[in-house]
Amino acid sequence: MSDLQQKRFNVREIREEFPALRQQIYGKNLIYFDNGATSQKPKLVLDAINLFYSKENANIHRGVHFMSQKATTEYEAARQRIQQYIGARKSEEIIFTKGTTDSINLVAYSFGQLLSAGDEILISAMEHHSNIVPWQMLCERQGCVLKVAPINQRGELIMEEFDRLLSKKTKLVSITHISNTLGTVNPVKEIIDKAHAVGAKVLIDGAQSIQHMHINVKELNCDFYAFSSHKVFGPTGIGVLYGKEELLDRMPPYQGGGDMISRVTFERTTYNELPFKFEAGTPHIAGGICLGKAFEFLSSIDMEAAEKHERELAKYAEDMLDTFEGLQIIGEAKNKTSVVSFAVKGIHPFDIGTLLDKQGIAVRTGHHCTQPLMDFYQIPGTVRASFAFYNTKEEIDTFVAAVERSLSMLK
Amino acid sequence: MNLAEKQEEIIQEFEIFDDWMEKYEYIIDLGKDLPKIDEDKKTEDRLIEGCQSRVWLDAHFSEGNMHFTADSDAIITKGIIGLLIRVLDNESPETVAKADLFFIEKIGLQEHLSPTRANGLLGMVKRLKLEAIKHISAAS
Repeated sequence: MSDLQQKRFNVREIREEFPALRQQIYGKNLIYFDNGATSQKPKLVLDAINLFYSKENANIHRGVHFMSQKATTEYEAARQRIQQYIGARKSEEIIFTKGTTDSINLVAYSFGQLLSAGDEILISAMEHHSNIVPWQMLCERQGCVLKVAPINQRGELIMEEFDRLLSKKTKLVSITHISNTLGTVNPVKEIIDKAHAVGAKVLIDGAQSIQHMHINVKELNCDFYAFSSHKVFGPTGIGVLYGKEELLDRMPPYQGGGDMISRVTFERTTYNELPFKFEAGTPHIAGGICLGKAFEFLSSIDMEAAEKHERELAKYAEDMLDTFEGLQIIGEAKNKTSVVSFAVKGIHPFDIGTLLDKQGIAVRTGHHCTQPLMDFYQIPGTVRASFAFYNTKEEIDTFVAAVERSLSMLK
Repeated sequence: MNLAEKQEEIIQEFEIFDDWMEKYEYIIDLGKDLPKIDEDKKTEDRLIEGCQSRVWLDAHFSEGNMHFTADSDAIITKGIIGLLIRVLDNESPETVAKADLFFIEKIGLQEHLSPTRANGLLGMVKRLKLEAIKHISAAS
């Protein structure tokens, strides 16, 4: 079969693959709009988890026995599948981590070791705490300087300000591809090209992008790309750091232990080659294998059609919510996707979230681990509905009616 | 009415509700009716910071009993505060310190006092009891 024949997009068929979507909460059909926090899992992944622990469980990379060899082969096959999916040159460039946060911390620690006092890290004002705090810690350790590119009221990066902050002193730009709170899609290609022009490396926080659009790290030419398995239909507890080989080779190991060494003596230890240099200890084997399955599932989906569907959902929801008195959509970037965040004058987001929950609707309320962004908008938090390609317009109709009912109770 | 009787009364009040939304409608009304804490009393030392909503608690002791007023920026949290104060206000420090708040689970609101809920209510109950314990130890 050609790729074109393989890739399909039919929401009804896709929903069939997700058992978690077919349940009732407080007697109501579940509407799951908290995909920005974590996605539900397809049968392919669920079955693989069950199969691994039922029949295939063994430690990898060390055993000579059949099961260990098989688990090793599958784990490494998952790495290759991810490599191919995101267009990395080599599977050695795919490092398994605990998730996006762990990936960013790995870079902050290890790439950070190559930096000196006065070197600058440039982030944006819309970053998740996990793309702020590791850099603050690095700055404290190494005397580096953290710069923050501001955003406008629509929630878009102000590129003139970004350009002004970018200089020869900038050693790394670390920026989110898509804002988890606003849905803003950042112009990462432009950012990467500009950063490279001054000799800076670029880390793309892909926690909110890989599940929504086609990603090719070679085309983007980013130096690092980080994401979490659980937001891309895989298990929790595992994620990926993509890094360019020449860069990863130059970076010292992050953690010491088994698997990451070549030879250990009490006098001197030599480190293993990539990717194992960065994977100390027994990894999340089932997680890695099942993340591979999540990408197998994704490979069957026409991501362009999925992205279009998700953008339509967000637009549809926004247009209806926008008519409610006192309701303000937070994040109105021209290029945004699949996230609708809102605040209502005089009503706490926690109250709206609690009432939506009782109507069977899962949303996220609060600051979404982006407190500086809440300070910028001067609000305590938002209600965030975040969509995946398995969500439907009918669900949004129910959601909007539920928001209306909640607001009428709270006013 | 003793502590258990006050709680039984609340449980009975909640029995008439058929569904969750009716229950929450009532809690919201309680929140709207709760006497507001004076703005000048919304100080840092009275604040119990939840991850999402915030609670202010003012406690004082007079005529042998504890007296509480509280407020929150979220109305549902405020409604539940109203229930907690109805039970614990005007009780002796010993009663407050030892109070078993069984009504919360009976009316199905235990999630609001779970450590994961992050609305400041669990912190508020701890603070209520701590204030009572302070008076017990000061008196002894």
